[in-house]
Amino acid sequence: MAEMKKIATRESYGKALAELGAEHENLVVLDADLAGATKTATFKKAFPQRHFDCGIAECNMICTAAGMSTTGLVPFASSFAMFAAGRAFEQVRNSIGYPHLNVKIGATHGGISVGEDGASHQCCEDFAVMRTIPGMVVMSPADDVEARAMVRAAYEYEGPVYMRFGRAAVPVFHEEGMDFRIGKGEILKDGTDVAIIANGLMVYEALQAAEALTADGIHAMVINMATIKPLDEELVIAAAQKCGKVITCEEHSVIGGLGEAVCSCLSEKLPTPVKRIGVNDEFGHSGPADQLLKQFGLCAEHIAEVAKAF
Amino acid sequence: MIENEKLQLQKTACKIRMGVMDATHGANSGHPGGSLSAADMFTYLYFKELNIDPKNPKWEDRDRFVLSKGHNTPGLYAALANRGFFPVEDLVTFRHVGSYLQGHPNMNTVPGVDMSTGSLGQGVSCAAGMALGFKHQGKSQRVYTLLGDGEIQEGQVWEACMLAAHYKLDNFCLIVDNNGLQIDGNIADVMSPYPIVDKLEAFGFHVEAIDGHDFDQIEKAMNAARETKGKPTAVVMKTTKGKGVSYMENQAGWHGKAPNDAEYEQAMNELNAVMAELEGK
Repeated sequence: MAEMKKIATRESYGKALAELGAEHENLVVLDADLAGATKTATFKKAFPQRHFDCGIAECNMICTAAGMSTTGLVPFASSFAMFAAGRAFEQVRNSIGYPHLNVKIGATHGGISVGEDGASHQCCEDFAVMRTIPGMVVMSPADDVEARAMVRAAYEYEGPVYMRFGRAAVPVFHEEGMDFRIGKGEILKDGTDVAIIANGLMVYEALQAAEALTADGIHAMVINMATIKPLDEELVIAAAQKCGKVITCEEHSVIGGLGEAVCSCLSEKLPTPVKRIGVNDEFGHSGPADQLLKQFGLCAEHIAEVAKAF
Repeated sequence: MIENEKLQLQKTACKIRMGVMDATHGANSGHPGGSLSAADMFTYLYFKELNIDPKNPKWEDRDRFVLSKGHNTPGLYAALANRGFFPVEDLVTFRHVGSYLQGHPNMNTVPGVDMSTGSLGQGVSCAAGMALGFKHQGKSQRVYTLLGDGEIQEGQVWEACMLAAHYKLDNFCLIVDNNGLQIDGNIADVMSPYPIVDKLEAFGFHVEAIDGHDFDQIEKAMNAARETKGKPTAVVMKTTKGKGVSYMENQAGWHGKAPNDAEYEQAMNELNAVMAELEGK
């Protein structure tokens, strides 16, 4: 099999912004001294007058974006997940969420695949905190194609959106021109024995795991759940009904993310055994992303092990 | 300012102070102290300065006002009601279950409120964002924001100031209500933000230091703000917390406490006496 093309979804974010910027004069981008890392520099290069650096002041950036959105602009406020969702949580909650303003938050460097920078920058809590804000859409794409489609969908959607992108390059497996819809999960592989519901870079790992499991006679269904909120409950319930067992996979704490969203849904509507794969209530540490992902069990091998033992 | 106009503004300010009493007494909660210290500024903004239309509160080309010290809703709502955005009679529903007059400003329920605020330090950033948005689009609206002198202890305020000066937001006017008191006491004792004027100048603002209860000085400062180009303006107004209600003046205890029936009656008697005196002029 030919080596798959790999692209970091933060690259896709910058590229999508530049593409959309050419189409929409009212799209503006804010950053907090991380344009090179969040890749909004790609947009800045094309539209320097519409890129506003706010300096190292994320809380102010979030509220500035809120204010700008009331003047008819569609701001994409960008920083690392740790600062956008973490440091500026209350600004997002009170100045964007509560008034339900049309601000898009582009958070890069989510999860432990941030790598060498270590725990201070490895945000594994963003889905959890963003999910608790009423009316907030929370999403994380699996690859480059989906990331670009997601940014476009976010622009077209009226209301607050939180998007998490990754630092590390990940395989591109979606076909160009995919039909991305906010709040809709995607069945990538059908199966009957266990439903693996994943998002972000864990989707590709889930696909690999499912392939490996066929050798053991286990037919796993694989679902890409790019939107964590609003959760595609219909699909979660249908998958649980069909497979009877669910595994969730995310590059996030097992507390508060996709896993718990799925558990909440199923415990109320169709009680089903669920195993959550994620970061097990611990901090990350420094190291190359690929090594860390393996060490934390965020890989195909571990998913397959969990499925076999389930 | 011509005397007749000043007299009208003084009468309006008196009505707004009565509205502050109606709202806080009606709610049995709320923040009268800072609402009263800023009542003259609310009056000037809503009856002289802002280009707004109460019949069309969402008018796109209107000037914007953001109450960064969001707890002073009694003052803001009384100004909006008296300006015709909603019935003055509704002020007594303030903070009641089911009322659109939420404890802190809600842009989606209260006609005339331009930004939902309440968490200190955020409104000023939102206002700067509005000014940046208008300037970027070549629009001529102006954006005003009112902060408490305790509020400027929030670090985010200074992040917003940096941004306003960096982007040369001369359509932005930041007002500090320097009444000298915050919940825990004198601001100089709790955590001194002084020297306020020097700090704002150092952050790149044109600064007007005025008496916030003198309409001539308010007008002069607002005109100077309009004429200042290439940088934002800050108006630091020295005020008296609780101004206009004798027992509330300069008392930190009246920051966030409502008058009981007897206190309400006394306050209204005092304000009615002021109004009668103004009517006699």
